[in-house]
Amino acid sequence: MTTERAMTGAEVIIRSLIDQGVEVVFGYPGGAVLPIYDELFKQNELRHILVRHEQGAVHAAEGYARSTGKVGVVLVTSGPGATNAVTGLTDALMDSVPIVCLTGQVPTHLIGNDAFQECDTTGITRPCTKHNYLVKDTEVLARTMHEAFYVARSGRPGPVVVDLPKDIQFAECPYIGPDAIKHASYRPQLKGATSSIEEAIEVIANAKRPIFYGGGGIINSGPAAVKKFTDFVRATGYPCTLTLMGLGALPGSDPQFVGMLGMHGTYEANMAMHHCDALICVGARFDDRITGRLDAFSPNSTKIHIDIDPSSINKNVRVDIPIVGDVGTVIQQMKTAWKARKKRRTNTKALRAWWEQIEAWQDVNCLAYSQDKKTIKPQYAIERLYELTKDRETFITTEVGQHQMWAAQFYKFEKPNHWMTSGGLGTMGYGLPSAIGVQVAHPGKLVVDISGEASFMMNMQEIATAVQHRLPIKIFILNNQYMGMVRQWQELLHGSRYSETYMDSLPDFVKLADSFGAVGLRTYDPADLDGLIEEMIAVDRPVIADIGVDQTENCFPMIPSGSAHNEMILGAEAKGFGATGVSEEGMVLV
Amino acid sequence: MANNTQPGAAYNFLDVGDKEERHIFAVLVANEPGVLARVIGLFSGRGYNIESLTVAAVSEDDSLSRITIVTTGTPMIIDQIRHQLDRLVPVHEVHDLTEEGAHVERDLALVKVISKSRSHERRESLRIAEVFGAEPVDTTTSSFVFQMTGSPGKVDAFIDLMRELGKVEIVRSGSVAIARGAQHI
Repeated sequence: MTTERAMTGAEVIIRSLIDQGVEVVFGYPGGAVLPIYDELFKQNELRHILVRHEQGAVHAAEGYARSTGKVGVVLVTSGPGATNAVTGLTDALMDSVPIVCLTGQVPTHLIGNDAFQECDTTGITRPCTKHNYLVKDTEVLARTMHEAFYVARSGRPGPVVVDLPKDIQFAECPYIGPDAIKHASYRPQLKGATSSIEEAIEVIANAKRPIFYGGGGIINSGPAAVKKFTDFVRATGYPCTLTLMGLGALPGSDPQFVGMLGMHGTYEANMAMHHCDALICVGARFDDRITGRLDAFSPNSTKIHIDIDPSSINKNVRVDIPIVGDVGTVIQQMKTAWKARKKRRTNTKALRAWWEQIEAWQDVNCLAYSQDKKTIKPQYAIERLYELTKDRETFITTEVGQHQMWAAQFYKFEKPNHWMTSGGLGTMGYGLPSAIGVQVAHPGKLVVDISGEASFMMNMQEIATAVQHRLPIKIFILNNQYMGMVRQWQELLHGSRYSETYMDSLPDFVKLADSFGAVGLRTYDPADLDGLIEEMIAVDRPVIADIGVDQTENCFPMIPSGSAHNEMILGAEAKGFGATGVSEEGMVLV
Repeated sequence: MANNTQPGAAYNFLDVGDKEERHIFAVLVANEPGVLARVIGLFSGRGYNIESLTVAAVSEDDSLSRITIVTTGTPMIIDQIRHQLDRLVPVHEVHDLTEEGAHVERDLALVKVISKSRSHERRESLRIAEVFGAEPVDTTTSSFVFQMTGSPGKVDAFIDLMRELGKVEIVRSGSVAIARGAQHI
């Protein structure tokens, strides 16, 4: 499809966004993107959300993308606009979020000249994007735009940067539609090898102590893949654990769900991982937060690994049956093979014994905490939030730290795409802008950013974005006046020397909300908590809820660095930590 | 931290006794700006070794370049390198020639040997060059430039001998390699 009338580069850019089905762009204008902003002004199909910092734009686009499954779009200017976006791009790369980030660039003849607001955007973003482009030729502009979307959403999704010099935006550029694009080299494999699937089914059917270990890849594969995964897990009757990124891939209330695994995962999930004889990893990547000590990770299991990214397989842990493919497609193949199987499907007797063992681990009640009448325990705050929001469609985003882990432990996610958190990069300041993106995509739905006071302050300028665009997000701050997770590590590993982790000179969050035109609420009293949460939900405006919580509470269970899954520390035993505690070698790990 | 074998290290690759191996990769990439930077950035960013790297356009229409990389690593690292290269969007094909079978590997060196005119060393260098099949491509009364082509080991041997015969300056292309027989790559 070519156009009759000549278009400018800026027109081609806007047109290709519309043809890609984009509805919202998160951005911040500047000199090098003025022609694009001018075109934005002249049309009504694309909505632009003006953020207050470019990092916020990328996180908002991430929230939008993760809650909808669509590609999130960012538009920023050259130089500082691009460099400010780098944290968000890295975050999206680590968590496999499809993003297309358009950056302005100085005119082509000035590139390399140290021009005003020039930076080597493609050079800087090369290691933190899935791919990037610098468009120096008017002929390839439209093609590059469409290709960027294809690369961002195909295979293992990720961020793609398109760097757009200002002269290209002004120049006449030919337009072609998205249908005309076929990528020369990038075609991810979707279907799993049949022989591997048969092998895997044999292992699954004969397992005595099996466990499913699911990750964000299931969610990225789409709601249909999630349903297939859930069906398959239920058909087997096997226990299932999920990673931080995978929460929602199996309903949190499902009896086969044994909780999150890893460093702050449940005792039962980690013990099951350690003692299993068949480990079925679906769309997860054996991250160091998951495995703990590698040489002691799930020592006696046959490992099956389904992943669309071949480089994820055998990266940290050697697996026995690798299956490269899209989770939805591969699980469908497995379901078919499972149904067609004539031999025995499960070892019922062994499975019963395995579940009894798991139930014994569950009886340890690893998430127990004691709530008194005086101080709000952070776990209690999240439990109450869950109880008071579970009957409506609620989207949860988080920042990074203790509150994030408590949210993962205590909030039960029934559906995919309702949980947005920064897993791989661990970006403090992710949750608030991410909530903005989620709310843009889901008007009228409840969006809560479970936050800590330290993380909140990293991107709190975005409150203004929420107020401006009438996005009634709720920022639920568990305020312990510490960078809680760092403080916890200092307590456990560094002799309680709280070096620079006390959050001195905090603002008055209620007044802060007020000054932004949002609503501020505060309580320190467990008795008032329910009332505050109800009020927070009822208010149809952005809310900052300042929940004063126990300053000394630690997040347990915990696998200390350098330890194995069966060497977890539980809350009640925390005092014995120092004696058995972390080895010299473990101390140097993060 | 010595040898990446710190006990209990969650971040360090566990060395389970695998020996480091030398592998040659042939990588077909789109001939566009920045591809080489992506490949090199991948190696430096992920801590892989590069022993040598060569690149040139090879397709008739110049749309494809072929990169030959010689690297070392444990089998698990070598496997990672292959997959990580394949993951780069402009990469069309990745082949581990060492894994895939018989191949021819060649390195080209220009070796400048400076020795006194009419000296024994000067005559000797010319003789040895003849034995090795190295061709003199430039000469003055006190110097030769030899063009030496061969397997990296043979080129090394030639250079070692030349070092004994005068002041030596060298430049090498690094390895290029191609599969033997009718098979592709």
